Amino acid sequence: MKTKSKVDLKNIPFEKKKRKYYLIPTYIAVIFYILFLGFPFLWMLSTSFKSPYELLQLHHSIIPDGLYWQNYIDIIEKRGLINSAKNSLMIASITAVLTTVFTVPAAYAIARLRKVFSGIATGWILLSQVFPVSLIIIPLFMSVRRLGLLDSVWGLVLVYLVASLPFALWMLKGYVASIPVDLEEAGAMDGASSFQILVRIVFPLLVPGIVATALFTFLNSWNEFFFALVLIQSPENETLPLTLARFLGSEGQVLLGPLAAGAFLATIPSLLIFGIMQRKLASGLLAGAVKG
Amino acid sequence: MSSVPVKEIKIKKAKVSKKAKMYNRGAWIYALPAFIPLILLSVVPLSQAVWTAFTDSVAGLNVKVSFIGFENFRRLSGDTLFWQSFKIGITWAISVTVLSLCLGFGLALLLNQKLRFLGLMRVLSLVPWAMPPVIVAIMWNLLLRPQSGPIEGLLTFLHIPGAKTDWLGDFNTAFPTVVLIGAWVGMPVITVSILAALQGIPTEMVEAAVIDGANAWKRFRYITIPAVRSITSALVALNIIWNFSSFGLIYVLTAGGPGGKTFVPALFAYNEAFKYGNFGYAASMGVVMALAIIGMLAIYLKASKREDSQR
Repeated sequence: MKTKSKVDLKNIPFEKKKRKYYLIPTYIAVIFYILFLGFPFLWMLSTSFKSPYELLQLHHSIIPDGLYWQNYIDIIEKRGLINSAKNSLMIASITAVLTTVFTVPAAYAIARLRKVFSGIATGWILLSQVFPVSLIIIPLFMSVRRLGLLDSVWGLVLVYLVASLPFALWMLKGYVASIPVDLEEAGAMDGASSFQILVRIVFPLLVPGIVATALFTFLNSWNEFFFALVLIQSPENETLPLTLARFLGSEGQVLLGPLAAGAFLATIPSLLIFGIMQRKLASGLLAGAVKG
Repeated sequence: MSSVPVKEIKIKKAKVSKKAKMYNRGAWIYALPAFIPLILLSVVPLSQAVWTAFTDSVAGLNVKVSFIGFENFRRLSGDTLFWQSFKIGITWAISVTVLSLCLGFGLALLLNQKLRFLGLMRVLSLVPWAMPPVIVAIMWNLLLRPQSGPIEGLLTFLHIPGAKTDWLGDFNTAFPTVVLIGAWVGMPVITVSILAALQGIPTEMVEAAVIDGANAWKRFRYITIPAVRSITSALVALNIIWNFSSFGLIYVLTAGGPGGKTFVPALFAYNEAFKYGNFGYAASMGVVMALAIIGMLAIYLKASKREDSQR
């Protein structure tokens, strides 16, 4: 995208003066953003290593007195966090896999269908983003109850699947659209059936998009709170956000150290996924495919 | 989030040829596996939700449900508590959207320059996005906690009056504080989308402007602003929708308190349905919220269209 600059900007005297003048407020802004974005997370991390004694003191510093691992042992062993993490992991993985299986062919169809159909489909996808979840949750609750899946991991998977489909479709549709039709036309000329075109030509090119969509779906389900709050009742079926929220809600006796430790642990998968996604999204698989 | 796909769809439309259409005639079959569950579990519940709004449905199995026409809406129109919450919801959605747009735009401009600490900023700019809303709430709760939180420590150290405020528990500060946290959460999507638009500006264009003697403000006004205009419109619309019906963050941070100062309508409808069991009445609130969102979008789209045609 960015072409190498042919004109050396620094050789323009007028511009040089301007630049220096800009630097001070610019770096003040940089420091502000770094603190604003990073400090809350750092504080949570530091709290997770503080002993109860240290946390009782007024105005403790960001650097803990020592690494108090007991908080982590506490939250994992005593608070049922492992079980919630297992539930969250299972629900998010199944949702991600099912969403991908359902959306890949559909996204292909929407992106390549005649305008009328793809218009209707796109309209519906956008429309489904407009409706507040508090509207849809009541009938979903009643349907899940009718299916006997209330307070069960599977009921939540079902609801997450429905909630993820529109956006996953939207995202994948974009990736399909970015695959040049020329490639498929070439396949058609060589006598490939439309199914063969999908499997042999489109699918391999779509892998980065599929990975990104699956990770995104996983993350949304992993983070989700509202549906879980409504549909899950017993502690053994709780997801991570539910357990942690309940933990904070028990006012008066909030154990800050273990709470921070649990919160940090629950964030790790999300941070990892974002790390991976950044690279995957950037990989220019297509650039080679068209030219080569 | 969807900035990249949006851009590419346009490219595709220009490229679809007759041949492509011919062999894609059977493609709709592929759409079935996704559309059957989507229709069963999204179109059907949505129509059910609207239907429920016209009934006296309450929680509990085997309760007889009967159609009562506009009774719920009539009752709702006189429900001052709901309209108060409704006003809070609109103020919340607009303030969070505006604040996160300003902060996100500023960050995107910084990220688009050659500066020190760029890598660090790039990583940090995604952190709020990657965090579950519940964790965000826990984290800010730790920060703002009276007596042990670092915000209070810093303000006391600087001798700023009001340092001892319980930011999330005080009548006057609870709402602005929650808005700030909401903006913190909303920033990354905006930053990433606007940054993508900024990076799409051809370097030659900026260079040509520099050679022609355009100063920084003029370059900003005539190159940067037009480049991010369309993505910004989309972001504003999406953010207003998301924020108006957002729930998790406020639920964990304040649960609507203190004294209903942060009681957004999503929370109101949730309580009505799952605390008091009035499904029908809660559904009518949902319908009103959906109508409000559609109304806000219509006004917004009309305004941005008019602005476009004036240019």
